[in-house]
Amino acid sequence: MRNKVTMTVDGLEISVPAGTTVLDACLDNGIYIPNLCHLDGMEHPPASCRLCLVEVDGMRGPVTSCTLAAVDGMVVHTNTDEVRELQKLAFRMLVSCNQGNCRVCMANKRCDLQQIAKFLHLPLRTKQMRHIPKDVPEVLTDHPCIVYEPNKCVLCGRCVYVCERRGNPFSLSFANRGFNTIVTFFGSEAEGVEDACRDCRACVDICPVGALSFADERERHLRLVEAGKGRRKAG
Amino acid sequence: MARPTELLASLAAPARNEWGKIRQPERPLITVGNATCGRAAGSGDTIAGFREALAEKGIGADIRTVGCMGHCYAEPLVTIHYPGFPPLLYQKIGAGEARVLVNSFLVAGEDPCFEYLIGALEPNDTFPTLMDYPRYLYEKRLIMEHCGVIEPGSIDQYLAVGGYRALARALEQGGERVVEEITAAKLRGRGGAGFPAGIKWEIARNAAGTPKTVICNGDEGDPGAYMDRTLMESNPHQVLEGLAIAALAIGAERALLYIRAEYPLAVEMVEKAITDAGERGLLGKNILDSGFDLEVEVFKGSGAFVCGEETALIQSLEGKRGMPQHRPPYPAVVGLDGNPTVINNVKTLSTVPLIINHGSDWFRGIGTEDTPGTAIFSVVGEVEYPGLVEVPMGTTLRHLIDEICGGIAGGREFKAVQIGGPSGGCLPASELDTPIDFDSLRRAGAMMGSGGMVVMNDSACMVEVSRYFIDFTQKESCGKCTFCRIGTRHLLDILTDLTKGRATEEDLDELKELSAGIIKGSLCSLGKTAPNPVLTTMRFFMDEYLAHVRERRCPACMCRELTAYYIDLEACARGCDACVACCPTEAIFTTSNRKKAIDQEKCVKCGECVYACPPEYDAVRKVSPPYLVPDQGVVPLGKDEATEGGEDDA
Repeated sequence: MRNKVTMTVDGLEISVPAGTTVLDACLDNGIYIPNLCHLDGMEHPPASCRLCLVEVDGMRGPVTSCTLAAVDGMVVHTNTDEVRELQKLAFRMLVSCNQGNCRVCMANKRCDLQQIAKFLHLPLRTKQMRHIPKDVPEVLTDHPCIVYEPNKCVLCGRCVYVCERRGNPFSLSFANRGFNTIVTFFGSEAEGVEDACRDCRACVDICPVGALSFADERERHLRLVEAGKGRRKAG
Repeated sequence: MARPTELLASLAAPARNEWGKIRQPERPLITVGNATCGRAAGSGDTIAGFREALAEKGIGADIRTVGCMGHCYAEPLVTIHYPGFPPLLYQKIGAGEARVLVNSFLVAGEDPCFEYLIGALEPNDTFPTLMDYPRYLYEKRLIMEHCGVIEPGSIDQYLAVGGYRALARALEQGGERVVEEITAAKLRGRGGAGFPAGIKWEIARNAAGTPKTVICNGDEGDPGAYMDRTLMESNPHQVLEGLAIAALAIGAERALLYIRAEYPLAVEMVEKAITDAGERGLLGKNILDSGFDLEVEVFKGSGAFVCGEETALIQSLEGKRGMPQHRPPYPAVVGLDGNPTVINNVKTLSTVPLIINHGSDWFRGIGTEDTPGTAIFSVVGEVEYPGLVEVPMGTTLRHLIDEICGGIAGGREFKAVQIGGPSGGCLPASELDTPIDFDSLRRAGAMMGSGGMVVMNDSACMVEVSRYFIDFTQKESCGKCTFCRIGTRHLLDILTDLTKGRATEEDLDELKELSAGIIKGSLCSLGKTAPNPVLTTMRFFMDEYLAHVRERRCPACMCRELTAYYIDLEACARGCDACVACCPTEAIFTTSNRKKAIDQEKCVKCGECVYACPPEYDAVRKVSPPYLVPDQGVVPLGKDEATEGGEDDA
């Protein structure tokens, strides 16, 4: 077949359509590579989470698989020591500034961080690294109906990407620099934002870690958690 | 149709005539260095001082403002052309000195004020010339040849010294020939990476997509570096000429200069230069009647260090947040608006006209085999003569620091030199014989960078220095990728603990592990090079790190928490109050024998008293760790009697 390329991943031969990224090729064939910032069909992957590293024969050092097109005859290794070391380090860094209170989090049990932790056999609260929270408020409520929790956010940028793709007149973007970088809503005071955002939901639904949520849903969730705790205590 | 070189010759002839008159004036001519550095040193007052004094004495003299010669230690710099004398260069001329010069020299041409004189610009029988000084002798001024000599605002003066000749020649040769020449010259990008400019141009020339763009990267942001600013302020036309040649070489129709908004004078000078060159037909439509069009514009950067990274720079130009993108695709193939874009540093572009004029063979004859040409460094810090220095590649660091820049100031010891800005490394005295070129510096653990060089003496704590640079990079990180955003913050946290004496030996391992990870894992060069200051200081100054951990001691007595001040009673002079007056927390008190002592509880360790104490006493001592402050048994004045009295009562 002309439009297919065949490559070897961890000793396994797989065939994927030409133009597929190595990350997609692996995920589609049941080989899991940790990733946070990648979305299907991204023309220019941000390659910002630095988790989807692989080693490729003939290339120097680990490379991000989301930015790498699958090529015929490519030999990819997803589980070398160096790859795992870097992935673990990146993961520890991510959770070192993460609140890590999974029990009350809306993303509990469907959180990408939990999945990756399980995959890498790492705890969600790292003892190997200091815990440094971002120097920003714990909860930001600038938006009329969406709540943002900076210390849950892993800054994968998925929300910024989907918001831009929807062509919303007001938009999500990054703000601040360095460690205190956050996601923020520009133009959220404009008229009609609340209705439009409720209809869209894109950013809330795409967030892998539950850092974005609708204020009312979040409140309901927290109430339920409280109630559940009460019930357990009573029981 | 006239050929571009002929057209240019007709433009340059009257300009050269005029320039001749300026250089051999009938009446005195005063030129004042008035670039940013000159202005900061007070050149405005100097000019006013000259004007006033000249008016008082009724002397007809011209005052012209030029750019910067790079001799920052001597600003404000003034050159006086007096009929019958060679042009004379004077240093540190304030308003008062200007008046003296007018009264003693310009009135009758009698006393040329040797006390302010550096030397004559031309060989003569009476005055020492600049070539008698090592600084001038060892420098090789190619790119900066006309900086501080011609008026940056005058296109005629640039034309008179041979300006735009390379552009005219390039127009006749055609783009392909230009790329060949630059490739043959082995010109390497002066922005820091050292990528061959000719190859970059070739890729962009052959890449599909229009319109193509060339961008001059003037987003200089390294702490202590100002080479690009000086070039743009002092000789903007040379940058524009290089930019136009680059555009011709790759077939670009537009050119941009990305200049940081913190450089208002550079923006002003470049914008004026663009207008002037456009009016002469040297930029814009149908340049020198060759049919080549080039629109040139200035874009002001808004103050993010990371926007000097080329993909972030393009994002910024496109109106997006300046965040680096994954490469490939490289901008030379997919750049601004998705089209091929060449981004070159100011110094790279300023070198281009020289290569076209003199040929690639000439250029390869300067510097080293792998890195031909010259390097411009802004040497700052504890050297005798800080400023901009242009030397051939391959010059050793020792030669540059000791001979050209006069060695360490104040008779102190050399400790380290930080090369390549916040992403560079700190090299100790044992590495001083490293030649300056891209590959040698990288091997030594530092990097060429764009040309910032900070020289430190023995009063600098290397842990604090590396903390300072990490603080800079972590603040300037765009926040995009995990390793740079969070990793550098962790580095900072550990380094801060070290400077406060709270770190453990495990933290040192953690520093190394984090650094290695950040280098391997980061997306762009900012992250990939951010740990360099940490790694090089740990490699060369591990003893200092260990002293901070094991003994809670800062060997350089720089880290506040680990240092204490006291006054040596033997050296302190009775009755002197200099330190008391300067202390912001009133921690210094008078002792019973009318000397001074420091209340350690109140002292905030600002070090003001060290400077306030008259040098003839020099009584303030610094010790680390703080418990080394000797118990001198001091009793505050007045308290002793009270105490004795109390004892008597008992």
